[in-house]
Amino acid sequence: MQGNIACAEGALAAGCSFFGGYPITPSTEVAEFMAKELPKRGGVFIQMEDELGSAGSIIGASWTGARAMTATSGPGFSLMMENIGYAIMTETPIVFVNIQRGGPSTGQPTMGAQGDMMQCRFGSHGDISIIALVPSSVQEMFDLTVKAFNLADRFRVPVFLMSDETIGHMREKIIIPDEVEIVPRKLLEKGELPFKAGPDGVPGFPQFGMGYGVHVTGLTHDERGYPEATNPEVHANLVKRLVSKVESKRHEIADYDLVNPEAETVFITYGPATRTVRQIMHDHPEKNLGHLNLRIVWPFPEKLLEAFPNVKHFIMPEMNLGQMVREVRQHTAVPVISVPKIGGEMHSPAELLAVLEDLS
Amino acid sequence: MNDDYEKWYREDRLPHIYCPGCGNGTVINATIHAVNAMGWELDNTIFISGIGCSSRAPGYISTDSLHTTHGRALSFATGVKMARPDFNVVVFTGDGDLSAIGGNHFIHACRRNIDITVICMNNMIYGMTGGQGSPCTPVGAISTTTPYGAAEPVFDLAELAMAAGANYVSRWTTYHVKELTKAIQAGLETPGFSFIESMTQCPTSFGRRNNLRTASLMVEQMRTCSMLIQKKNRLEAEGKPVPPHRWTVGEFVRRNRPVLGVKP
Repeated sequence: MQGNIACAEGALAAGCSFFGGYPITPSTEVAEFMAKELPKRGGVFIQMEDELGSAGSIIGASWTGARAMTATSGPGFSLMMENIGYAIMTETPIVFVNIQRGGPSTGQPTMGAQGDMMQCRFGSHGDISIIALVPSSVQEMFDLTVKAFNLADRFRVPVFLMSDETIGHMREKIIIPDEVEIVPRKLLEKGELPFKAGPDGVPGFPQFGMGYGVHVTGLTHDERGYPEATNPEVHANLVKRLVSKVESKRHEIADYDLVNPEAETVFITYGPATRTVRQIMHDHPEKNLGHLNLRIVWPFPEKLLEAFPNVKHFIMPEMNLGQMVREVRQHTAVPVISVPKIGGEMHSPAELLAVLEDLS
Repeated sequence: MNDDYEKWYREDRLPHIYCPGCGNGTVINATIHAVNAMGWELDNTIFISGIGCSSRAPGYISTDSLHTTHGRALSFATGVKMARPDFNVVVFTGDGDLSAIGGNHFIHACRRNIDITVICMNNMIYGMTGGQGSPCTPVGAISTTTPYGAAEPVFDLAELAMAAGANYVSRWTTYHVKELTKAIQAGLETPGFSFIESMTQCPTSFGRRNNLRTASLMVEQMRTCSMLIQKKNRLEAEGKPVPPHRWTVGEFVRRNRPVLGVKP
């Protein structure tokens, strides 16, 4: 099965009933599969006029209680930034799939890249926090899409599946379970204020049509949901809560593989490079390499860096000119060697072995 | 007729933010009367808006509501209505929100003929940001970004909606309150995309700079400058000149193109 189709299958298994999208390479297979399958299952597929519309439509659908998603790539992702901020401010659970391609601008539509890792985290204006997952196999395209919906509903935040052309167009065998774990959206208790959160920082969801009479606005709002845009305290409290409800759970929701913690040389990867590192670890057990593979990169679980007590070097191959390496460097005193690669192809084993040669 | 209008208003949100003499309240009032006359319930009626003075309206209405991003209200409304065709969806917008930044969503929502009703308060200006020119600022009119008079031709929003495929289109003004209310109700009744444009006075940002300093002067202008579509058509058919600087008002179209977002 192709990675993009596995993503769509994962969405359907998770109960996604609304897809709003706009065609863009290399993500279109997700939309095409949803266009075929959703109507058969009582769901809605709609092709919008642009990516601003796609993002708006899924936010609207989410407020009716639907699990809603879109899929796009770089240029479309850039167009979605404003409504992503709206979803963050209004605590709307939605899933964005970004099958990354080479940028900037139109760039390399048919080639893989990981150039949007900072954009998904910091691209929308204001102080924000989001959750981003990165698959490194077709199986993970399925599994992490299911997980994305559960995290979106639990935290009431946009969740990003930050895949890329390499994995999106890869074909592998996968196992689709008969049932997947669904963590449903917690509804607002009647009588509670719609934007008043409990200790976990996540208010119950006042779904449209259930008598809550909720006013949802992207303006700074009080716990009733009413605009309160000039009160410094209200703004600070709201934005701090929106950020901390995600950041404070970063270690609890961390999703990773930690291999050979005793190693002195440790690779940190997410996405395609995970496969290359596994290959060289398989081929060269004598090199005694360690590996941290991250499936959730945002919020960044920095404590995992402490799991390698003997580490002398971290090595970070990425399909960009070095994005997540900045995050790693600010959390460790250990030297972090960036191995950037752009152009559209994943790292080869030879390229990573050459880095190891230089170290020795 | 159900006279219980008060249930539609969020009294704890008052006072509202509108300037003295603003026409938006008239349009909101006409809308609530029309919605109420439909016998719709609070729980399955959703008001949606973008950004601008007009778009603050849903904040004063007690149903579920989405105050969205600038120009994008129709895309959010499309999502709500497609996901829940049993909901009644009404969108408030303004001339800048709808026809400048939101123009693409507008024409495509008309083309889809999705079953929502859009009420546009056309005050010919960006009021919220202090009076900049919009695509509906008349040629020659002064705004903060057209200090020497607007030079660009205006969008005729009703013509645009009609050409793009909306099932129901009408235009009135805040002077024609009863006609406006009836037009909104006709829009709510008509399946598919309904567009009701109301010329709406903005004495603060438009009138002040254009020799129409009071609300009453602006409303008087709406009366004198409006021409019924039937009269305009008759003049044209008779080969007589249509006087300049007139807003055509009335019902432009009511038809039955195939619609989207209606419960099967």
